[in-house]
Amino acid sequence: MLLIHCPYCKESRDQSEFSPAGEAFIARPKNPEGISDEEWADYVFYRTNHKGNHWEQWVHANGCRKYFLVERSTISHQILQVAPFGARNNETEL
Amino acid sequence: MQTKYSWYSLLKAGLSGQDWDQAIPLIQPKSKYDVIIIGGGGHGLATAYYLAKECGINNVAVVEKGYIGGGNTGRNTTIIRSNYLRDEASSLYEHALQLWEGISEDLNFNVMFSQRGVYNLGHNLQNMRDIERRVNANVLNGVDAVVVDANEIKQQIPIINTSKNARYPILGASYQARGGVARHDGIAWGFARAASMIGVDIIQDCEVIDIEVEEGRVKGVKTTKGEIKADRIGCVSAGHSSVLAKMAGLRLPIESHPLQAFVSEAMKPVLHTVVMSNAVHGYISQSDKGDLVVGAGIDGYNSYAQRGSTKIVEHAAAAILELFPIFSRVRMNRQWGGIVDVCPDACPIISPTKVEGLYFNCGWGTGGFKATPGSGNVFAHTIAQDKQHPLAEPFHIDRFTTGALIDEHGAAGVAH
Repeated sequence: MLLIHCPYCKESRDQSEFSPAGEAFIARPKNPEGISDEEWADYVFYRTNHKGNHWEQWVHANGCRKYFLVERSTISHQILQVAPFGARNNETEL
Repeated sequence: MQTKYSWYSLLKAGLSGQDWDQAIPLIQPKSKYDVIIIGGGGHGLATAYYLAKECGINNVAVVEKGYIGGGNTGRNTTIIRSNYLRDEASSLYEHALQLWEGISEDLNFNVMFSQRGVYNLGHNLQNMRDIERRVNANVLNGVDAVVVDANEIKQQIPIINTSKNARYPILGASYQARGGVARHDGIAWGFARAASMIGVDIIQDCEVIDIEVEEGRVKGVKTTKGEIKADRIGCVSAGHSSVLAKMAGLRLPIESHPLQAFVSEAMKPVLHTVVMSNAVHGYISQSDKGDLVVGAGIDGYNSYAQRGSTKIVEHAAAAILELFPIFSRVRMNRQWGGIVDVCPDACPIISPTKVEGLYFNCGWGTGGFKATPGSGNVFAHTIAQDKQHPLAEPFHIDRFTTGALIDEHGAAGVAH
């Protein structure tokens, strides 16, 4: 069972309050009409599925209902850091 | 030296103080093979077996990072059925079920395949409409299936709770009489032994650490037991498919999740069939040993850890108690998780890739065990002919680009 720190509520709560919401940093294509079927497939279906430290989205479903970012190990489940959206804007690598 | 199992060999080994022949030789890899199969689970071993038996390719190695049958093959709840909704999926799973029906004789290994029937319960009107639709589709596809009502279920399974006052009352079910269970790791041992008897090298404790690709063609693998060359490589590594794909510079439309199961203490026969419920999220059967085998759902987050969250187990236990209040005092014995490779449409990928000579058989998600012989069979033909077996054609990885998905979430999404 995970103990997750919500960066908005600023409290660590039981995992049962949260729902996982998939891999982070998948940006919707900026020119949807201009890209190929392969690029669409990559955006919609293909995933990194990284083994190791992995950035993902969680939503505080039974709390503030906001989405945020979590870096978590997919090997040990250890949560390394949490961040609100937008924190990555001025950094090359979060 | 391996000999055929028979009454005579049983008697001889029994009388001579269990002097059994070695089932599978422990060997070191050669430097080159015609085909390398990565992953010594049921699907991979079946692929190697059918390559040697039906495709005339005997110079095959199966490389397994652990021991055979030690991954998802030995971690699932062993349910076998073929009552899928879509034509493509039901044809593939029915092909597998027909192979199951003759597999013990074919392999000369008792995989304890027991066709004890599978019930998929419906708890509301929409469930029942979906069940009737699926049963009709099954019948049109030549798959045996019937709709049964709550009274018939109660007659067949007296311990089930069909009270109208239940939180999720049982209105009926689909029933596939030819479905059932099998000995999970038995199928891996059987395929491994039969394959090694016709020339396949099964190399355990041999982890692939890189896949060599030159000018878009696969050349071989680097393993913990040295380099092995091959012009054709089949990846059948379930939860670790994305890891292997990355070695070859590919991405897959797959995410790995933990799927959990648990068993009770062994007890006297109480449940003679398999009961599954998508709506309450649990499925149960009783093994030949006597323990109740209960399967849960997946955790929503990605993981390679072979363990999941407690709340998922609690949820499955609650669902089972809802169906079978009699089990409320049953003590649970063990609980574990396996890493399943989930595809967006809950259907597998059996496909060549952009890398020439590299094939993937993955994405079976939460329900691959039932397909073991069929999966290996169509994948072997796909590798041997460099052309997809007709049953595998709809499962090309390009379906995620063309949009021709095979949406099986209704029949496959939750319960297996």
